[in-house]
This record gives sequence, structure tokens and C-alpha cells, in this order.
Amino acid sequence: MDIDLDPIEQFDAPIYHRYHATSSRAITPFLHAMKRGEILGHLSTATGKVLFPPLGACPESGEATHIPVILSDTGTVIGFTTVHLPIPGSKLVPPFTVANILLDGADQACSHLISECDIDEVAIGMRVLAVWRPAEVWNNSLENIEYFKPTGEPLVDIDALQQQCLAKAEQRKEAAKGGQDA
Amino acid sequence: MREVAIVAYAQSPQVRQEKILNEVEMLMPVIEAALTEAAMTMNDIDFVCSGSCDYIAGGAFSFVGAVDALGATPSKMESHVEMDAAWALYESWLKIQAGEISSALIYGFGKSSVGDLPDVMSQQCDPYYLAPLWPDSISMAGLQASALLATGRYTERDFAEVVVDSRRKAKANPAAQLSGDREVEALLTAPYIASPLRRHDCCPITDGVSVLIITDKSALPKTTKKPVYIRGIDHRMEAHQLGIRTLSESGSTTQALAQAKLQAGIEQFDIAELYAPFSPQTLILKDALGLDDQVDINPSGGPLAGHIMMSAGLDRFGMSFRALQKDEVTTALAHATSGPCLQHNMVAILEAG
Repeated sequence: MDIDLDPIEQFDAPIYHRYHATSSRAITPFLHAMKRGEILGHLSTATGKVLFPPLGACPESGEATHIPVILSDTGTVIGFTTVHLPIPGSKLVPPFTVANILLDGADQACSHLISECDIDEVAIGMRVLAVWRPAEVWNNSLENIEYFKPTGEPLVDIDALQQQCLAKAEQRKEAAKGGQDA
Repeated sequence: MREVAIVAYAQSPQVRQEKILNEVEMLMPVIEAALTEAAMTMNDIDFVCSGSCDYIAGGAFSFVGAVDALGATPSKMESHVEMDAAWALYESWLKIQAGEISSALIYGFGKSSVGDLPDVMSQQCDPYYLAPLWPDSISMAGLQASALLATGRYTERDFAEVVVDSRRKAKANPAAQLSGDREVEALLTAPYIASPLRRHDCCPITDGVSVLIITDKSALPKTTKKPVYIRGIDHRMEAHQLGIRTLSESGSTTQALAQAKLQAGIEQFDIAELYAPFSPQTLILKDALGLDDQVDINPSGGPLAGHIMMSAGLDRFGMSFRALQKDEVTTALAHATSGPCLQHNMVAILEAG
């Protein structure tokens, strides 16, 4: 008899919790730098690599990182996808392009949007430049950068770029070691 | 059965509120300390397993961020339990028994200060009958304490004596959050917060992390002076609804102990580290485990002296490991619990090697 009952398909059980989180030791300087219009990464002395976004831990060595490195707001697209689905709650209107961008001076790619070009023009190796919101509205957020746009420079060979990055990282690693020895 | 030993344990200071560091930042130096104690590097670790809870952190998949602290590039064999890290230890122990790995690093972390922990804990209840009532962890523990008083086995004075004992022993534990000399009479004048529980009967809210390393006997680091072997380990779970259970007893603890004793062939313990976040639960567990006054209970001060939610069970193993480094201590019982009012209990028997 019970199975003849109408199924209950909706049941409201709202959950509210209030949290008082603060940004961490690694993220706090990054957010302050964003407000100044600067992009801050971390140097890993264990690997010589410059990590961006800075999470406070080197994913290769597991060591804590805290040495700040100011990065350029130009970079190279090393991968991308064009999204044709709307994102619930997002202001973005499809289609739009999300790219993994290696900022100049960094060894880790970050994800951001590409705009001011046809989606068909986006390519691996494309040089891009950050488009900042007006300085008056800058706050402690990565949203100060609205998107990246092409610089018009020729495409970069990303395999060669990777080799250059690895060589530079090796130099920084040796320099860091030298600093410790001295 | 393979012989599995604890070879290192490290814990951050247990503090009421860590204002600057996030969980990953708290974890990194403690992982380093444990590896240093074991004279190992991450390359020597076959498997990593952690225990934490996203509701406590207030962020989805918060444990994934903690993987950064492991140097997880290239990747690690890793797992996570949304339970106390004592169950991460159990998973690691099973993996060694299965012959898949010979070493594991286990960690637990909780930064409870960012939320309202007793309210957050109400989310562990079933969504139809209990969660709409928002039964916070202290109220549920109050129900259990009241059930214990009703049996006539103990009084509120006994609860206070557990607290005095914990605070006194915690004086020797530099990482303890609460320690000192307290008087039973003074404690009994404190107001109730969920009768018959007073504030001091409840574990503190603690921010902290802990790390423990185990290895198969064949993989013991050469420098380990006194490995601590897990001779027996078992865990049993009771029904979720509080009304179904006899709250004044802990049958699952008794069952887990019986199984652990069968594995270990050890009947007597010098010390017992019990995960009893509320003082009456120490007494319920003492009875369920048949511990007499010869057994030193919670020599570290136990969870009443510092309670890293999601790691306090692992800490019972860690604190036992530390106690077993002393010559006069050779066997220990480590207990962990999960769920409201001692729903799910783990018992392990440890022996100094």
C-alpha cells in the first residue's frame, strides 16, 4: 500500500553556515599586489621555477615558497578552448575563449579569458596582453584583469619557450644555491 | 599479518585560532618535521592518505589543495577520507597488509576556528529526522552525558575529575591548548551549557594539523630507534539514530577491542589514549574497554586538552607513539571515534619494538 503514495520529490532543508576565513600567508601579498596593479608570483628556490598563481607550496618539492617575483602582464597562450555553453550565474556570453597563459617570467600557466579577437584567431603560441579594468576600481582580486587580448606579435614556438624557461629556472636554482652557500 | 610500525609523528601547536596560515601552510613544516624524524624524504613514501572535512574548512575539495604540500609533481599515490585521519591510517595499514605499499604518510588537519564547529557538526546527521533540528555536537553529547548519569554509574563530580586529570597531565605536553591545575569543587560551580555538560566538559575548538608515518617492518628506516608496532586494529560502527542506541555504553568499542586483542595477543596496556571529546565519554570508554586504574589514561591530556577536529583520532596514535618511546611504557591502546556520541569506534593495540 505504501508504494502507492505520491513520491516526495522536493524537501526543503536549507543549510546556512557562516565562515570567517582569511587569505593565507601566500595569497595575502598576491591580493595586495593586485590592488596595486601588479602580478605577484613566487620563486621556488628548490626548483628555480617561478610559480603563478602563488599557492605557497612548490608542487615539485613540497617546500614552502614566499619569495615574491613581480611578473609581466604579457604572456603566451599554451592551450585554449572555446566554450559554447553558458555558465550558470556568469556574465560571460558564449562563445568565449579560455586559455592557459604562461606569463612572461613565470614557469606555470594560469587560466584566463581571451577577447578582442575572433575566436578562430586564437592559437597556441599567440602572444597576449592583459586588459586591466580602470585603476579606480582595482581591488584585492584577480578580476582587476578583465581578459587578455592579442598583442599582434608573431606566434611563439612553445617547445622552444619551454626549453628557455627550463634553462632560466636552472640558472635561478643555481643562483639560489649559491646564495645559500655564501 | 605484516608487521606495521609507526616510525614518526609530528603535530603543530594546538591553538584556538590560527589567524594567518591556511591548512596547506600549517601542514608543510609538520610534514617536514615528521620526515626528518623518520630520516625519510617524500621519495621514500609509497602512499599518502589524509583525513579532513570540507564543511569545517568551508570550501569544496579543500583537501585537494593540501596535496601541494606533498610535492605532488610528479604525482603521488594518494587517498583521502572525509573522516578522522585515524581512518586514513587504517586505509594505509590495509594497503600495507595487501602488499601494495611498504610505507605511508598520513595526515589530518582541521581549522575549526573559521566556522561554528558545533553547528557544522549537525550536518553529519540524517537530513530527514535529525538535521532539521540542527542538533549541534554539544547538545548531542549532553544527551549522552545525561543517559550516563541516569545509570547511576557516575556523577557530575566524576566528569569534573576527568577534566582535572586531563588539564594536569597536559602540563607535560607542550603542544596542549588547555592545561593547568584545576579544582573539582570550582569546576562544579560553573554553569551548564547543555546539561549536565559544563564548558570544561567539552573539548576546545582547535586549529592544527598532525602527520604520522608508518612502514612495513621490512622498510623500517635504519635510524628508527624505537618503532611502535600496530599489533591489532579494528573498528566497528553503530546505528546512526541516537534513539536506537544505548548511549551510556559503547558496544562497538568493546567489539573492536575484542578483535584487536585477538590479532595482538596482548591483554594489558600501560597507557590508553582515548578520543573522548567530552569528559563523560572518557568514562563510557573506560568501561567499554575494561580499563582499570593501573592504566594511565590520556597521558597527553587527551582531546580535552586540544582537539584538532579530523585529526584528534590520529593524534591518539601519535601520542601513544610518543609515550612508547619511554622505557617504562611498552604497550598502549589507541582509540579513535567518529560520528555523534561515539557512533563509530576504532581500537588499536600498540607495542614498542
